Amino acid sequence: MAAGAKIDPMHQFMIAPIGSDQLTATPFQFTNSALWMLIVLAVIFVFMWGGMKRQLVPGRWQAAVELLTGFIDNISTQSIGPEGRKYMPWVFTAFVFILTSNWLGALPFGIVPAAHPFTVTSQFTVTGAMSIISFAIVLGVGFWKHGLRFFGLFVPHGTPLPLKFVVAPIEFVSFMVRPFSLGLRPFIAMFAGHILLDVFGNFVVQGLNAGGAMGYGVSLLTFVFAVFVGALELLVGAIQAFVFALLTALYINDAVNLH
Amino acid sequence: MDLASAQVIGAGIAAIGVGAAGIGVGLVFGNFLQGALRNPAAAGGQTGTLYIGFACAELLGLMAFAVAMIILYAR
Repeated sequence: MAAGAKIDPMHQFMIAPIGSDQLTATPFQFTNSALWMLIVLAVIFVFMWGGMKRQLVPGRWQAAVELLTGFIDNISTQSIGPEGRKYMPWVFTAFVFILTSNWLGALPFGIVPAAHPFTVTSQFTVTGAMSIISFAIVLGVGFWKHGLRFFGLFVPHGTPLPLKFVVAPIEFVSFMVRPFSLGLRPFIAMFAGHILLDVFGNFVVQGLNAGGAMGYGVSLLTFVFAVFVGALELLVGAIQAFVFALLTALYINDAVNLH
Repeated sequence: MDLASAQVIGAGIAAIGVGAAGIGVGLVFGNFLQGALRNPAAAGGQTGTLYIGFACAELLGLMAFAVAMIILYAR
């Protein structure tokens, strides 16, 4: 085994101001996370703006945008019902933002020195904030529409009286865990995938450095594997965005229709 | 046993949970396919439920992975 540099897969998640290497004490800094959030926003904006032509016969670009909006419209109306259209903007925002930042963060620009893509969703602060917004919408809509009857969410219909005392605390805990599990899912999926890619990339380089038939063989094998993991990463990014949107819609459904 | 080796062993043990989540995800998709092949007409409407089950099983594996990483890199 070559005495290569120690693999440090955590370094890629470090938030630091542009052009510097570490966070200093000043509270307002333009970090790589902020930069990539703006890039994600710009990509979404250009994509949506290019497609909003309102032509009767859509061109390719407009068809792509309509496919996306139709997909989210389908999710929200199918899980919430006829009122789902009202909550579509947030579901759409969450889906598109998570999907775009997952995919932009997986761009293989790491070879260029100062242009390492930063996956915005690999920080729990971002996905956690999004899940808190979802949870706040659920609470707000629930209490706005149903008042105190919203607490009936914790007692399913037709439960026998003795069981109610058991079921209600369990339902309460499962309700309160929702924002954590909702935010944790996209974060850990991206986090794990990028660590995996980083470790495999290190194996490729270390194999090349070690040389010999063994080193080159290991290097080639891990390179092929890393390509497949990269493809899987795109799939996982899409699935996690979809799951976040779907679960948000389902939770809002609980608040709107109350069982 | 010093701290570093204990960390590595602990991270390895924590990673077992990822394999268990693999079993769970396999069960979810396998049972969905079984049902879908018996009644393909009804399968299309159940993909949402499929992905919810997938997400629940997947989350536990991801948590096991996160715990392994925390153990490995905690300092």
